[in-house]
Amino acid sequence: MAEIELRGLTKRFGKMIAVNAVDLDVEAGEVMCLLGPSGCGKTTTLRMIAGLEWASAGDITIAGKRVNDLRPAQRDIAMVFQFYALYPSLTVAENLAFPLHVEKQTREQIAARVRRIAKLLELEHVLDRLPGRLAEGEKQRVAVGRAVIRDPTCFLFDEPLSRLDIALRQEMRGQIKTLLSGLKRATVIVTHDQIEALTIGNRIAVMRDGLIEQVATPHDIFATPANLFVAGFIGTPQMNLVEGTRAENTDDRLALSALGQRVILPIDGTARTLPPVGEPLTIGIRPRAFEPVNETGPDRFSGNIDVIEPLGAETLLHISLGDHDLRVVLPRGAGLRPGDRLHVRPLDGQVLVFAADGRRLAP
Amino acid sequence: MPGSSPGHEDRKNTDRAEGRLAMRFRRKREIGRAGLRRSLVATIISLIYFFPVLWIILTAFKTHNDALAVPPIFLFEPTLENFVSVFSRAYSKGAEAIDTGFALFFFNSIFTAGTSVLLALIIGTVAAYGFSRYPLKGNETYMFIILTTRMLPPIIVIIPIFLMFRVTGFSGTYHGLILLYAAFNLPFTIWMMKSFFDELPREVEDAARMDGSSEWHVFFRICLPQVKAGIAATAVFGLILTWNEFLFSLLLSGVNTRTVPVAMAQTIGGDIGVRWGLLAAIETLFLIPVVLVTFLLQNQFLRGVTFGTIKR
Repeated sequence: MAEIELRGLTKRFGKMIAVNAVDLDVEAGEVMCLLGPSGCGKTTTLRMIAGLEWASAGDITIAGKRVNDLRPAQRDIAMVFQFYALYPSLTVAENLAFPLHVEKQTREQIAARVRRIAKLLELEHVLDRLPGRLAEGEKQRVAVGRAVIRDPTCFLFDEPLSRLDIALRQEMRGQIKTLLSGLKRATVIVTHDQIEALTIGNRIAVMRDGLIEQVATPHDIFATPANLFVAGFIGTPQMNLVEGTRAENTDDRLALSALGQRVILPIDGTARTLPPVGEPLTIGIRPRAFEPVNETGPDRFSGNIDVIEPLGAETLLHISLGDHDLRVVLPRGAGLRPGDRLHVRPLDGQVLVFAADGRRLAP
Repeated sequence: MPGSSPGHEDRKNTDRAEGRLAMRFRRKREIGRAGLRRSLVATIISLIYFFPVLWIILTAFKTHNDALAVPPIFLFEPTLENFVSVFSRAYSKGAEAIDTGFALFFFNSIFTAGTSVLLALIIGTVAAYGFSRYPLKGNETYMFIILTTRMLPPIIVIIPIFLMFRVTGFSGTYHGLILLYAAFNLPFTIWMMKSFFDELPREVEDAARMDGSSEWHVFFRICLPQVKAGIAATAVFGLILTWNEFLFSLLLSGVNTRTVPVAMAQTIGGDIGVRWGLLAAIETLFLIPVVLVTFLLQNQFLRGVTFGTIKR
């Protein structure tokens, strides 16, 4: 049985449905990232697990116990808030000790635990300061420390790194990952940053408009997105999504009319899963799943380079195909200039096919 | 967190300190250039405003003859006789001396103002928290109705209130006056305190709830300390309002519960005529508590009135 179980969890604000019949399991020791654009219901889901919002319908089970009617404090959860939510009138030490006040403990026991956490998070030198006098990174660590001091059943993080600058964010990302793998608790992290989700999460739940679009490991989410939304949402630069119609029957290849060209693409899976000839479909190819070739051919795209964006180790090229832009990432130093003609061939097994309704058909 | 480097934050702190230093230098230069003229203008304007107060304080130390001198004199031999007569008896040539006994009236003023403001703060802060955190259906309407009680001039309701006080026996009592003043202070206490509570980040309260705090604990330990400045500002406004109140005190206080403004008015006229020195002395003493409270709460007060105007 999973540590956190959501069954048909729904939240309505008036007529608006913020979270729509969400089912989700988080195992003990697992880090689940809720990822989605703003307003997709991920924070509302988290707040319902925390008990800060009442569920309109559905069940929340934590460690085998239905907690819908329990107050936040009774659910044995710790949460790290987006803006840290440190108590401004209490010192760092008092902030860290605050969750312990419900447990009947002696002053010495509390002080010892505060010291242990402060040492772990390198906060010993700021214990007597008020939160207003801390640097962002220190505030973040105090917020994390206040969550872990009590050793609860599960942890919730609401956009934990969104307030940090980029350098600090990368540092903290690694540290949070290390910390969480050491704690071995069921953890739910809400984020809109896919890099954060892909790096920290054991599994990712991609949400849109209150619905979960896909739950899978970071690898699967990236390699086999369940539908067009996930395909377009995950990955930078964005996946190329090209609409077309199926041109003719072939077994392991897909003949497609798209962008005024007739292209034959290598696909995994059987032709049976594909729609009949003449039906519309969308193919998805990641910008990094192309190889440059010397001449044009039926299995490749040809166009002129429109814009060149150097990304450091790689270069992002916008290739103009009619009124469509194909994003292609190639290793840097290819010596290309805007206006050059380029032929690119999608790599075998890297072409995704989506039905007109957005479902992934192949592979 | 294992392996974290505090070096990053140190760097940031140093940068910030340097920024502050540069700003201070800049400010000093600015004051040197245009500041002198500006300070001069400011001084003159404040002197114009302060002059009546200054004149009252000077008059308090003058003898009756000096106070009435035409043209007015600025240099004189100061005397404390006015202050003495504030608390004992005031004499006048060719008239009977009257008992002043202002010690009682000062006590009355301090007691009624202090207690009513405290009462309004206690009720108003809790109410404001309720309005802010547990909005009712039609919350805005309730808030508006509360505000409407401050929209009409108090003199309009003086007759009903006078009759109510007669019937309930509140006339001439401390508790009557205190309740009335508390009721007067309540609307703006609620409005001000609500705006302070509205400004607080909800996340902090959510965090406290998750950490096992009850709703009362959240209110007392988390929210109240954060609105200290607001409470101070509200208290000062309330004190000044109540301290200076004349109309209701005149009609509703008794001989022994009279506040200073009313008692002061009653020294005018009668057999001894207008004793300017005495009035000035009362008024000088009457200023002290307000000035004292304002200065004591000044830091909090400034933060209170500028609350929300600066980006956090």
